[in-house]
Amino acid sequence: MSMQADHSNRSWYKRNEIALTPWLFLIPGILMFLFYVILPVFQSFYISTLDWDGLGQGTSVGLENYRELWHDPAFYISLRNNLIWLALYLLAIPAGLFIALFLNQTVTGIRLYKSLFFFPFVISQVVVGLVFTWFYDPTFGLLNTFIGWFGFGPINVLGDPTYVTYGIIAAGLWPQTAYCMILYLTGLNAVDPEQIEAARLDGAKGWRMLWYVIIPQLKPATFIAFVVTVIGALRSFDLISIMTNGGPFGESRVLSFYMFEVALSEYGFRMGYGAAIAVVLFLIMLCFITYFLYSMYKEERGH
Amino acid sequence: MFPTPIEKSSRTWQLTYQSLLPVALVLWLLPLIAVALFSIKPAGDFSAGNYWNLPSQFAGFENYGRVFLESDMPRYLLNSVFITIPTVIGAVALSAMTGFALGIYRFKLNLAVFFLFVAGNFVPFQILMVPVRDLTLQMGLYNTKTGLVLFHIAFQTGFCTLFMRNFIRALPFELIEAARVEGIAEWRIFWYVVLPLMKPAIAALAVLIFTFIWNDYFWAVVLTQGVESQPVTAGITSFNAQYRAAYHLMSAGSIVAAIPPVAMFFLMQKHFIAGLTLGAVK
Repeated sequence: MSMQADHSNRSWYKRNEIALTPWLFLIPGILMFLFYVILPVFQSFYISTLDWDGLGQGTSVGLENYRELWHDPAFYISLRNNLIWLALYLLAIPAGLFIALFLNQTVTGIRLYKSLFFFPFVISQVVVGLVFTWFYDPTFGLLNTFIGWFGFGPINVLGDPTYVTYGIIAAGLWPQTAYCMILYLTGLNAVDPEQIEAARLDGAKGWRMLWYVIIPQLKPATFIAFVVTVIGALRSFDLISIMTNGGPFGESRVLSFYMFEVALSEYGFRMGYGAAIAVVLFLIMLCFITYFLYSMYKEERGH
Repeated sequence: MFPTPIEKSSRTWQLTYQSLLPVALVLWLLPLIAVALFSIKPAGDFSAGNYWNLPSQFAGFENYGRVFLESDMPRYLLNSVFITIPTVIGAVALSAMTGFALGIYRFKLNLAVFFLFVAGNFVPFQILMVPVRDLTLQMGLYNTKTGLVLFHIAFQTGFCTLFMRNFIRALPFELIEAARVEGIAEWRIFWYVVLPLMKPAIAALAVLIFTFIWNDYFWAVVLTQGVESQPVTAGITSFNAQYRAAYHLMSAGSIVAAIPPVAMFFLMQKHFIAGLTLGAVK
């Protein structure tokens, strides 16, 4: 009897094996991902309508958090800085391409050079932040020693509201450029040599060759570089936290840092308000996510 | 090859290029070289204002010795290891399965599930911060390595699935069909046919995730607090608070914290780069 049940069970599974197997393999991954990533996104939307200190019961306040955000000068400073980050961070792409072109040779030891140029990306942003804090230091920093040679006075980059964001972005560009460089080095390897030879015969060289022959072929590398750079710019948190902690006078905050400050620091545990800031950041990101996914979708259909 | 190979250009340019390389490298790594230099200077150099000259004496052993023997640094390093290794194993295991499912089988929701993982991977993690912290608190896992590991596994599964699925797609499908004709069970196909072919992808992801998680700072700050669970990235800030203005020790500490991913990179360079480029630019 039991053997018969067992048998019919197995055959039912056998009959549907191809349809069932993918789901069996997907379940653990999907559950984890839903639980820790997808659902929290929606929870954040809900929490952003609450007045909640993260401990007891929250009270619903409707869109009050967003109304407050609308009148919050610190929010606009963060938003402005986010846009500056986004715009300047993209410089990592041409800079990375430039270094990749510089290093795309076959002299002895070039492999080691390539790895060493890539170094900044491998070390933690915490260390990068620390290193650049010293680099900018007004009393002994290399930057001021250097500009001192040309007779310029010491600049306290990280203490000056005008320069601070740019100073931090420069620190961030260091590892990001290294990342883009490696993407382009790999991309340059795959460039079709016959096309280059053909273009050479047609008299193309230098900039024209780069622009009309090489860069179009580097499109996949450029796409990935663009994706990771945009994400990196919008996620920027570590450097700000390490280098200035948002200061001076909150001038180096970005949305991700400001939301952390509001929700988890001495400014009080305002989870609802923090979630509202995160929602704004998410909506900005959503424009890009949609574009990324759309590009990838087109690619998929193409296959 | 572009630009024109250096062997084909004039002798002068060849020599210029060869001498330009080390100069460019030193300029590029100047901030790091400075820290390395700081870390072997004796404390006296800093109080004497000798910041950028060569160290008056080699104090490397003393500085690094103090980092390892007198501070919480070894503890933080150990925490980092116990956070990073399980995350790597977990994320690679989960995504080998999801990648297999999405890469081999054709079913209605295939692309939808795939894009769910990809989209989630792009999400700015600040939007997850408040709910995930609350979740972790409620499960009693706040300020534990387990809490951090579980979240990291889940989040990294997004990126890893993207990678694994694309890798499996590129495998020769005839192998699977041949196995099916032989009547081999699907899970055996996964274990005996696909998994052995995935070794390069697994290696690439393992090094990459190792570096990402080792260097994570945000979640370490959000989900952990004390020396018993904080990884080295978060620990170094307390370390620096303890040794405020002791530049030689802070430098030595930073270098110690940075070494494991650097070593990983140098040992597994090929895999690392394959991972970074998502295998998309070959």
